[in-house]
Amino acid sequence: MFCWLKGIILGISIFVLSVAAYAQEISREQIKGLDEQVQEIKSDVLSIAAELNQLEEKLLYPSNTQVSVFVSLVSGETFRLDSVEIQFDGKPVAHHIYTFKELEALQKGGVQRIYTGNIRSGEHDLQVSVIGKSFGGADFNKTERFKIDKGVGPEIVEVSLAAQNITLKDR
Amino acid sequence: MYRLLLILTFFIFSVSSAVAGTSAPKDLKDLYFGEALYDAFQGDWFDAISRLDTELAQHYGLDEPKRDRLYYHINQAEFAVGDFELAYRMHQRAGRAITAVIEGNVDEPARNEAIFRLARIYFQKNQPVNALYAVDRIRGAVPEKIRDNLAFLRAQILMANGRFDEAERILKDLQGAKSLEGFSTYNLGIALLKNGKELEGRQYLERTGRINSNDDLTLAIKDKSNLVLGSKMLEEKNFEGAKLVLDRVRLKGPFSNRALLGSGWAGAFQGHFERALVPWSILVTREVTDASVQEAMLAAPYAYGKLNVYSKAALLYASALEKFGIEIDKLDASIKSIREGYFLKALVREELKQDANWVVKLRKLPQTPETYYLLELMASHNFQESLKNYLDLEELRKKLETWKGDLDAFEEIIDQRRAYYQPLLPAMDREFRRLDSQMRLRLEQRDRIEQRLKAMLVVPRPDYLATIKERIISEKVALLERKLTTAGTVVPSGVEARIKRLRGVLHYNIYTDYDRRFTEAYKHLRDLNLEVDHLKKQYNAFVRTRQAATQSYEGYDDVIRRQRFLIQKAREKVGELMARQGHMLETMAVNKLTTRRERLTEFQIKARFAMADSYDRAIRAQAQEKMER
Repeated sequence: MFCWLKGIILGISIFVLSVAAYAQEISREQIKGLDEQVQEIKSDVLSIAAELNQLEEKLLYPSNTQVSVFVSLVSGETFRLDSVEIQFDGKPVAHHIYTFKELEALQKGGVQRIYTGNIRSGEHDLQVSVIGKSFGGADFNKTERFKIDKGVGPEIVEVSLAAQNITLKDR
Repeated sequence: MYRLLLILTFFIFSVSSAVAGTSAPKDLKDLYFGEALYDAFQGDWFDAISRLDTELAQHYGLDEPKRDRLYYHINQAEFAVGDFELAYRMHQRAGRAITAVIEGNVDEPARNEAIFRLARIYFQKNQPVNALYAVDRIRGAVPEKIRDNLAFLRAQILMANGRFDEAERILKDLQGAKSLEGFSTYNLGIALLKNGKELEGRQYLERTGRINSNDDLTLAIKDKSNLVLGSKMLEEKNFEGAKLVLDRVRLKGPFSNRALLGSGWAGAFQGHFERALVPWSILVTREVTDASVQEAMLAAPYAYGKLNVYSKAALLYASALEKFGIEIDKLDASIKSIREGYFLKALVREELKQDANWVVKLRKLPQTPETYYLLELMASHNFQESLKNYLDLEELRKKLETWKGDLDAFEEIIDQRRAYYQPLLPAMDREFRRLDSQMRLRLEQRDRIEQRLKAMLVVPRPDYLATIKERIISEKVALLERKLTTAGTVVPSGVEARIKRLRGVLHYNIYTDYDRRFTEAYKHLRDLNLEVDHLKKQYNAFVRTRQAATQSYEGYDDVIRRQRFLIQKAREKVGELMARQGHMLETMAVNKLTTRRERLTEFQIKARFAMADSYDRAIRAQAQEKMER
């Protein structure tokens, strides 16, 4: 019985003060080596992604017809943005409902590309509709119309949102 | 359940990965940089890095990068890409990027924060020498928000490198840091113990074990400190002291099971079996998968046996035996499910990633292993890093799969464009060439007129501005003169006078009306210029559209072929790495479960013998009782 008791005590020291027994089975070198290879493949795939981004832009959105609409929040805005809809010349082209993470990213100063497409050069109507809740909890629903003049190069438009108004910055 | 979640939270906290610290510029000029930040702020590191990589490649590919909007943020963008790579656990590439930034023009606090994150990654990846090298490069101002964490990290790195003296000094300075309450004291205690300063080390562990706090993590480190100190005392046979220290561990904390087990043994070693039964009786009612609970299931009947309550001991041994049997079956099924690949399949399920209690959810899925046995393993650094790698590889696999489909779609678009444009373009080009030659002719005419008008400003030439009618009349008059003088006849004086008068009238009109006509001609030229500008715009628009038509389907074949090759190669590599990484995770899990199974088998044998012994003793005691009666 005493031997058995000793066995259990040894068990306590194994479990109470244990540091991962499995670590002996898989060596640190194995883990490190594999980790390095994972980093390498990440790097390779990132290079592919960068090239594909360029290819996609060139193929699908040539610069003479390209239009991109970005959404940003005015610094310090605390209203809750629920959704944004974009219309070009009366046709809805983008509609986005925001998650908490996305809203937080906008509040931190990130900018969302909500739409990339193609339009002819010349003047176009851009309509932005925003649904959200003000800081006080009241619902709000705003729509603003803007004119944009598409030139030869890519048209980059920033829609800047605040609780009071929607402004357009033609970049 | 709550206790198990606490265990996981505590362990995961201690191995949590880096979070990028890049912030948005106050005046954002480049919206694509803002887009990369938007992805990064949501933790979408891959998208953030690839967007920024694309922008940086385009920026450096420009003839005049200074005219690019990214130029205003170029230092920050270079820094951010390295920062995001760190967060994406690509410390090799990030290390290079950040080194480049460190040597570039970056604010001291921002640079130091980046090195801090780099050092933390190295430390978390079990590379203490690299971590030390990184942390030693921090010079000058450090942002207030990371000051204490940096000192704490430095101390941990020094400890990992066996430099306990230096770690001790840093940790002593950190004793007042509220955010590290408990952690700094506990680590100081460990550093002192490792440095051979036994007494002082114990004092700090003791101090950690008596902290008053409402914070869960501080309370967890307090429990851990008491557990370490209590276990040391138990080893040294200071059973009374060990029991006092172990009894300070909270009953609901992540270390309570081990503390209850130790507390029981502290009592048992002193021969106080009634006292030992108090913690063990609590313990045996808990989650049966826990190693301490399983041990208590043997220890409790052992204590009853010592108290001569053999029948109770025999019943408890029988109950333990039954439960061990069930658990061994469960472990066998778990090992089988892991070997059949269900564990890896479950780990990559999307719905699990949305839930903080995913480990608990995981065990509820059919054919998945019993995750309670893997809890400690799953919270360990090596497993977490391997799991993150596996999940990252799974994401890459999905992306590569999608891109392969994208390339197919691109090729289809190109084919359709070629089929549409190719038959149209020859006729269009012919018509264009015809119009182009006409246009050139007219433009040459316009240029000549302009030159002539300019020359007339210096040398007036009223005859150039004669009207058509005046030119015809002048021609007719000249014809008349020629007719009248062809045969050598003398022109009658009356006729000659009339001709001269006609010429005079013409001359008079042309010369007196010259200024008005000259102004009029300039106005016409200006109007013509407007038309020419319009024509040139249309011409340029046509040329651009014509070029775009060709460019919409030509020149992509090589790029797509190359991309297809790279994607295929990457898919093969990802597949191979996923298999290896998955095998590593499975091996870790199987090893852990096998260890637990072996231990349970040992317990089963012991319980069987002990149960038989207890029955014998109970029967003998009963017989003796009868005989005495």
